[in-house]
Parts: sequence; structure tokens; C-alpha cells
Amino acid sequence: MTMLVLCDHDRGTLVDASLEALTFGRDLATRAGVSCEAVVIGKGAEEAVGQLAAYGATVVHLASHEVLTDFGPEAWGETLAQLVASSGASIVTACGTDRGNEVLAHVAARLDEPFVANCREVDPSDDTWSMTRAQWGGSLLEDVTLAAGRKIVSVAHHAVEAAPASEPAVGTVTAFSPDLDASLARTVVTDRVVLSRGITLATAPVVVGGGRGVGSAEAFAPLEELAAELGGVVGCSRAVTNNGWRPHSDQVGQTGTRIAPQVYIASGISGAIQHWVGAMASKHILAINTDREANIVVRADWAVIGDLHKVIPAITEEVRRRRS
Amino acid sequence: MRILVCVKRVPAPGAKINITGDGLAVDTAHLGFTTSPHEECAVEEAVQIVEAHGGEVTVLTLGPAEAEEQLRYAASVGAHNLVLVPIEEVDWDPQRTAAALTATISGIEAAEGAFDLLLFGNESADAGGFQVGVRVAHALGRPIVNGIKGIDVGDGSVTARREIDGGFEVYEVPTPAVLGVKEGINLPRYPTMKGRLASKKAALATVEQPTEAGGQERLRLHRPVEQVSETVILGEGPEAAAAVVDVLEELGVLA
Repeated sequence: MTMLVLCDHDRGTLVDASLEALTFGRDLATRAGVSCEAVVIGKGAEEAVGQLAAYGATVVHLASHEVLTDFGPEAWGETLAQLVASSGASIVTACGTDRGNEVLAHVAARLDEPFVANCREVDPSDDTWSMTRAQWGGSLLEDVTLAAGRKIVSVAHHAVEAAPASEPAVGTVTAFSPDLDASLARTVVTDRVVLSRGITLATAPVVVGGGRGVGSAEAFAPLEELAAELGGVVGCSRAVTNNGWRPHSDQVGQTGTRIAPQVYIASGISGAIQHWVGAMASKHILAINTDREANIVVRADWAVIGDLHKVIPAITEEVRRRRS
Repeated sequence: MRILVCVKRVPAPGAKINITGDGLAVDTAHLGFTTSPHEECAVEEAVQIVEAHGGEVTVLTLGPAEAEEQLRYAASVGAHNLVLVPIEEVDWDPQRTAAALTATISGIEAAEGAFDLLLFGNESADAGGFQVGVRVAHALGRPIVNGIKGIDVGDGSVTARREIDGGFEVYEVPTPAVLGVKEGINLPRYPTMKGRLASKKAALATVEQPTEAGGQERLRLHRPVEQVSETVILGEGPEAAAAVVDVLEELGVLA
């Protein structure tokens, strides 16, 4: 029996989350008594296979077709569903990124099977699986059972840390040619627009966050200065975007970006659930707040109690002083 | 354009979510309710498209009778037709929800003609199953793309933009199409007094959908165990700057 792990890539560059999926998948495969096989779809896939064996893929399926010029949720879903059928796979998994969950939803719809998104733990010891999945962006957990002939589950992003297998697997590369209707090109990416080439919110090593307490769009300037000084970027809470002070692309939260910096400096942010779930993967959190009891202060590693408008410029000045 | 938007009524939590004694639901005794954020933006987007191109907006929800509140809210900001699929349970599993919505949409289309565009939220704020829109689109044989933060309506197609790290992907999708939208596609308007008054009189259709449960069953909800670590207070006010920078140096982010 077989498990298929969808490994996402961006035009030939493997997406880090795929290694989380493989780390999760190979452990689950061992416990379920099946082999762990990776699937990489579309143009450039052959360039993305390098690390897959080291992370436990016994077989790497490379799917190609003229429709698969770039990412396309329907075409990828159809491809994976066909591979499930032809390989007789009993388990399909991916990392619960936007793409991972989207493609697995397409697979599930096509195979008429359930799909459990964003699992944190899975017990495959019975025919009906027991699992724990994330609700509310991860601030609440839901225990569910999954009764299905073919089990389709994604693992919540950041729920497992990617780690190579203790012994590398064989990783035999094998080609797969799906039978795709030309009409599936209707949802394949046709163009890309690059807005920034530098550090982005999702990948920044330092994020300086501002909330309602910042007070205005202009008052974000000192946060920008500190972020620039630390090689990071500015993020914000939902209250800030709702007030029109920052663009939505700066929003950290359940409906914004999930950040995972080395340090998150959260200023003037209370730390409501909506914001917290976007920030909780940060390695360290330093809160600056006038309220000692604020949710973000209680959950932070360090805190400064005070007015961010005075504290932030003082930090920037101190950083500059030590550098000079 | 005839546009249908599917929305979900969800609790509006603050800093903490409590759970009912039986473990099956969020304790909403002290919480308000709202439209799931992505879907509130989907309603706004539909209203803006219709304002620019003509047509009408139908808003559909599957939920308790009280979800009428979210439908009326949608009407107060410009939706024309309201449809409720009432359920007795706290929530339906994603397969069952999708089957009921598909049947309801098919029923409306059989009577009144096809929608050009169906909009869903990318995922609901509470259950977050990440699949209902995809299942409905597949059952109706229509294209769908999720994660959409920009829509331009063309002749026989829509151009949809999806945010990726550092930019956008662009999709050209033929209509009738289905899109899963994300918050940030617009800034939803607040209802006017006139809108509020009109929404009270908007016609609301109720459609029962007997469907069977899918393969995912909820046992209980619980809060994750948090690693509670004592917060180290570095100081008060700007005098704490030196201690902060000590920490930043220790973390290696000053390099």
C-alpha cells in the first residue's frame, strides 16, 4: 500500500513546506504500514526532487503534461487524483499551505472522499482514523474521526519541524503522464506580478508589528526605521488595515500573513486571537505595550511596559549607537 | 452579472475562545457573531461588481436560524436576494455542507437561470475546512481558484489575482466561474441607515436540504496546551532600550 505526499514547488524550487509534509508523511506511513512516495507536478518538477529521498521518499513521481505549464489548482488536483487511482494509493497528504489545502480539496472532490485539513496529530491504528486538527487558525483544536476508503489529510503548516530521515530512502524517480483535458488550462497561472524582491513578511527574520496603539498611518514611520535597521519588515494587526493605515499585505493574522521570524517586536498590539494565530510561530516575541495585562504581553518572552512612540525610537537610537 | 455569495455566521472572539461543557462548540454566551471575514469581503466585492456592471447579488448561508442576522447584514450593504439553508446542528461537516449548497444553487439556477460568478471565502474563520467552495465548483462543473485578492470582470471571463510571497499570480478564468476570495480584496463598507432599514424588508427564502453526513465527524473541541513561559519585563519606557538591544544582540539579529 502507498501514501502519496504532494510536494509543492515554485517553478522548480522546492517549497520548504513540502519538507514538513514529507517529515509528517513518512512517520504516518510507517505507523500505517504503507510506503511513502512523493509527487511533484508540472514544469520544472525535475529540478525540485533533490532533497526528497533524504526526507524519506521511496519513490518520486514526476507528473508532466502540456497543460501543466505552471501552478493550476484544477490541473494539479486532477493529476494527483489520477495518480491515486493508478497507484492504488490509500493515503494522500500535503502541507496545509494555501496550495496544499486547495489541491487536496480538488483531489477529495474528484474521488468523492472526505478531506481533513490542517491536522496536527493522526492516529491511523484503526480503520477509522482519529485525529486532531486546527480550527480558528490553530487557536482551537478539534478531535475528529475520519471514515473513508482513501484518507486525504493535510498537516498544519509549522506543526512539524522538517527533518531528514535517519536513513535516506531510495527515491526512485518515475515519470507519470496524466490524461488531462485541455480545458483544465482555464485555471493555470497565466502571469505573475512581482511587487517586491527583497525580504517579505512571511520570510523576514525580524518583524516590527504595530497595532491600534500606533494611532495613525504616519506614526508607523519609527517602526519602519527600526525594521530597516534590523533588516526586517513592518507588520500590523487587523485593526490597522481596517483603519486604512497600512495595506492588507502587511497584516499579520488568521486572515493575513502567518509570520515565523527569529523575533517579533509587537508594539501597541493587544493580541486578539485573530492576530495571535498569525504571530504564534515566531521564535521569540518582544512586546511593547502600556498594558501589562495585554494578551500579547502575557504570551511574550520579553516585554517593555511603556508608550511605543517613545520606546521604539529609543531602541533604534541604541542600535545605531552600538553600531557606530 | 448575476453573482451568488456563500457566507458563514461565526462567533466573534476576542483574546480567548471558550468551549461549551459538551466540548462540541464554542461557548458563545458572551460573544457576538459576525460574517466570516473573507466572506464579508466577498459580499462587498459582489456588490462593487454589480454597481459597476449591473446585475444582482444573492447571498446564501447554511447555518442556524439566527444566521438570518448575517443575511440581513449583507442586504444592508447592497445584496438583493437572501437564501438560508437552516440546520439544527452546530455545524455540518464539509462534504455535507457542500452537497447542501450545491443542491440549493442548482435549484435557484433551474428556476432563475445560471449565475455568472459564485464567490466563497477562502476558508471559514471557525472550522476552516478549506474545501467547500472547491467541492461545490466541482459538482457544478465550473472552474475555481482560491486565495483571490483582486477581480476584474471581462467579457466572458474574469481576471483574478492571487497573492503570493512578494507579488501576485494572475488567472484568466472563463465564466461561469467560482472564486474563493480573501480578506484584503477590498475594505468592506459599513451599512447606511437607509440600507439597514431596507434590509429588514428584503425577501428571505428558506430552503431545507436533507443530506447525509460525510466521513469527517467531530468528537470534541479543546484548547491547545500552551507553553506558558514567564514574561521577562525588560523595563518601563525608553530607559528599557539598552536591555532590549541586549536581547536583540543575543538573538543575533543585530549582525
